[in-house]
Parts: sequence; structure tokens; C-alpha cells
Amino acid sequence: MLNAEQVQHIAKLARLGLSKEEGEKFAKQLSDIMAYVDMLNEVNVDNVEPTSQVTGLENVTREDSVSRFSTKEELLACTELPVEREQVKVKPVITF
Amino acid sequence: MLHKLTIASAAEGLKAGKFSSVELTKAVLERARAVNPKLNAYVTITEEKALEQAKAADVRLSAGKNVTPLTGVPGGLKDIFNTKGVRSTCCSPILKNFVPPYDATVVSKLNDAGMVLTGKLNMDEFACGGSTEHSCFGVTKNPWNQEKVAGGSSGGSAAAVAADMAVYTLGTDTGGSIRQPASLCGVVGLKVTYGRVSRSGVTAMASSWDTIGPFTKTVADAAIVLQAIAGADPRDSTTPNVSVPDYSKSIGQPVKGLKIGVPKEYFGKGIEPETEKVIRDALKEYEKMGAVIKEVSLPYTKYAVAVYYVAMPAELSANLARFDGIRYGAKPQGKVDSLVDYYYQARSEGFGDEIKRRIMIGTYVLSAGYYDAYYRKAQKVRTLIRQDFDNAFKEVDVLVTPVSPFPAFAIGEKKDDPLAMYLADALTIPINCAGVPAISVPAGFTSGGADGKKLPVGMQIIGPQFSEDMIFKAASAFENATQWHTLRPEL
Repeated sequence: MLNAEQVQHIAKLARLGLSKEEGEKFAKQLSDIMAYVDMLNEVNVDNVEPTSQVTGLENVTREDSVSRFSTKEELLACTELPVEREQVKVKPVITF
Repeated sequence: MLHKLTIASAAEGLKAGKFSSVELTKAVLERARAVNPKLNAYVTITEEKALEQAKAADVRLSAGKNVTPLTGVPGGLKDIFNTKGVRSTCCSPILKNFVPPYDATVVSKLNDAGMVLTGKLNMDEFACGGSTEHSCFGVTKNPWNQEKVAGGSSGGSAAAVAADMAVYTLGTDTGGSIRQPASLCGVVGLKVTYGRVSRSGVTAMASSWDTIGPFTKTVADAAIVLQAIAGADPRDSTTPNVSVPDYSKSIGQPVKGLKIGVPKEYFGKGIEPETEKVIRDALKEYEKMGAVIKEVSLPYTKYAVAVYYVAMPAELSANLARFDGIRYGAKPQGKVDSLVDYYYQARSEGFGDEIKRRIMIGTYVLSAGYYDAYYRKAQKVRTLIRQDFDNAFKEVDVLVTPVSPFPAFAIGEKKDDPLAMYLADALTIPINCAGVPAISVPAGFTSGGADGKKLPVGMQIIGPQFSEDMIFKAASAFENATQWHTLRPEL
């Protein structure tokens, strides 16, 4: 079971701002989902290797060379924030 | 009536000079504009670009050089594909005004083949959902009954093909997002082997599960589209160097002696009886054609949804961490004082409820103390599900099952019940666990509810990894023996 307080903590870790009402609603919904996935506990997985990919590829490498997808101007045009000296201007990182 | 054509028949007409790509494109766009207010399949119609591409295709066609079956044929893309200069939103508030600076690899490949892009199609936000109700542009309605959902997450792509608003479309399938809407809308939908088609430039949902594939009116058309988009890509290191066969050779091949497995876990409890009957009748059709039907068992099937709802949100929460509304994406409307506040607000305003739920589940199962209990455990059970398929394919060539446990459900019925929505994918998720390919083909209809409106039912044909050619063979044989794929909704 996840309570509203735990949900607010998880949301904070994931950089999601939640209202009090949202915290309570999600606590119920996420608890239902986590209760459902608890069925995995009944499966014996002794000596079973985890699957993180399915086609058996190993150590896929490529040449360490630069190839351009887009120009600097095209990329900077994507932001909705002000651009100064070819940089995106954000709010202060450190506040007092 | 040009909008009703298949890719194969359109290509034939274009080649023979019966009509031009501009004429065909205008017919499809006219149909799209006329029907979209009823269905909400398109979120962007790219009329100007389409006519420009059609003119270029006509030049190519009249020169007779570099002509492919897709040259001059109008198709649409799910709004998750990045298209240079054309808004690509993932139907999320955070990307509502995003215009990508480059094309996805599949988009480049289709452009090279001479595609005419009609527009971008509706979907559940970031491909998360089974009904297209989680879209910031509103729900896509089912062309057969507008009280019902079109399925999801690629609901717009499925509805557009069913309603002749595009000759073909592309979608993505992470847990069933191509096959389920194809089944609910009565069109062909192909989920390829993981890695068969490059994911580069297609916004990532869950990277070890995501696949890309076509929606078409026939199996032969699905083979045409796959031919154009399949293959290894240096920009996607998960595309193995497996050769791409000539898929057109599979179409119309006999299925005499083909061994078809019927997994018992995909029938009975939880499956709506009319849906089960449609699939049982389809199996009889295969028997008539000389295929051999055999019951098999995939014992770990029932754990697939649980595996998926641990592993997928984990990958999704990591992928969606990049959305901060800074380098691209919507900036928050409210007042913010610091950078961290900016993140909270941009992501709180920018994501819908389903995305927030999945980000939080993913964050939780990956956090210290829970990683082994949830994430690693799920990855281990995923191995057991893969082994189920390996074992089954030692005995049979393909597996046949329903796609969805039930036909299209009512709009609003499951929207606020996430778990009920998740269980709608119970028969498609195991296939993504194993990374094997599967197709949904129209196999029949329900008898119709109180309103008398019949709903389509899709059959799922599953094969081993990289056996798309065998799946096409099995699917096209059924299509040739039946008429279901020729029926279109009245709109």
C-alpha cells in the first residue's frame, strides 16, 4: 500500500508537482496497480537470468565520429525560453 | 472513390497512368477532412506538404525511375514519429507546439520511397493507453460505432485506415498499441520483431519493448510497407543485422501442412464469447485449407501484464526524465522562482494523469530497496515468458489467438480505472515480452449490441523472431479465404 505522503515523495523524486487531491487519488490507483503486480511473488525465479533485451545482441559499437542531425540554429529554435549568446536562459539554479 | 484504394491497387493505377498522385492525394485529403470531425483521427492534416510531395511523385512516376509501390501513395503517421518541420506532439501538452528539427529514420526511408504525408494521427499521450482517451486532443472514435473507442494507443492510425482517410498509416506497438486498435477498427496491423525496424527519431516509451509497424487494408499492403522500413540502422544499435527477405513472395502461398498452435491460456476465462467464437471459426477455416491445428500451453501467460507494468514504467520513467521544458517543449504557465520549481511545474502541467502514474510507478520500482523486489524480479519472469514462446515454437510454426479479450468498449468505460485498461492488453503484452512478431487481421464481427451496430474482431497470428514472412503467408491465406477485410464502416 502506498499512502499519499509516499506518493508525494515519489513525485518529488520524479520532479512532478502534485496537488494534495492528486496525491490522494494517485495513492489509491498506484496501490491497486502495485497490489496487482505482487502476483510476481508467487513465481519461482531461482536460477533464472533476467531479460533486459530480447534479440541477443552483444557489445554493439560504432566509430566514434560526429554526424550532425541538425544545425545549432535549428536546435535553439526548439526552446520556448529566451536565448542569449547561443544558450538557453533558465531560472537560477541556486536560490537563497 | 480513389480514397478507397489499397496500396497495391493505387500503385497499379499510378503506374498505368489511370490517375495521378495529385488526384489520388486530393481524394484522400477530401475524405480525411470530411470524416475527421466525426472521428478525430488526425491531429494535424498536412495538406500543403502532401500536394507538394504528390507533384514530386508524379514527376518520378512519369520518368519511371526509382518508382516503388509507395511512390505517390498518401499515408499518415502516428504523432510519435518525428517529422522535420511538421509538428510532432505525442499528443502531450508538453510537446503541443514541438516542431522537430530532423526526421525519424523510418520517415526518411518512406520519403525516399516517395511517400505522400497526409498528416499526423491521434494517440494516447506518449503511447500510454489502450483507448486514445489519454490524448490532449481528445478521444478518437471508432469508425464502426462512434460511442466506442478506436483502441490505443495508435487509435488515430487505425481509425484513419478503417475510414479510408489514409491508404496506410504507421503506428508503434509496445504492449499491443498497433494490434489492439487494428482489431477494434477492423484493419490489418503488424507488430514486428523487436529491432526489425529502426526506432531512431520515434519518441521512446519503453526502449526494450517499442516496435514500429504499419496499419493497412490488406496483408499484401502490410508486406509492402514493411519492405520499405525494415532493416538495420546505424542510428539504432538495437537493430540486428538480419537480412530483409522479399516479403511479397509470402503473399498467396498455400498453408497446407502449416502447424498452428492454439494456446489454451488465450481462450476461455475472461474472453468475451463472441470474440472466442470468431477465432474458433477462423481456425476451422485454416483446417479447411489443410493447416494442422494443435493445442499448446504457455503457462506463464498470466504474469505478462504484471511483468509489463513493472518493467515498462521503469523504462518509461527514465525516458521521460528528459522532458523538462527547457531545450524544447512547453514552458510552464505559472510563476516559478528556481530551476527546480521550473521542473516541477513544467512536468506537472505538461503530463496527463496516465503519464504521471507510470512515471511514479517506474520511479518507485527502480528506487533503492525496491529494485530487486520489483524490477529485477519482473525481468526474470520476462525470461520465463520468452521461454514459453521458445518451447511452443519447437512444436508449431505459428500461434493463433484473439487480439483483444473483447471488442471495442464504450468511451469513458475504463478511463479512470487504470488496472481495467491494462488488462485489455492481456493477450498482446506477452508477445512484446518475447520480442516476437504478430499481426492482427480482421476475422469477423460481433452480432451487434442493443444499437445493432456490429463491431470488428481481430485474429492474432504470432511467429518466432524474424518470421514476418511466415506470418504474412498465414495471414494472407486467411484473407484470401474470407471477405472480412473488404467490409468498411458507413460514415
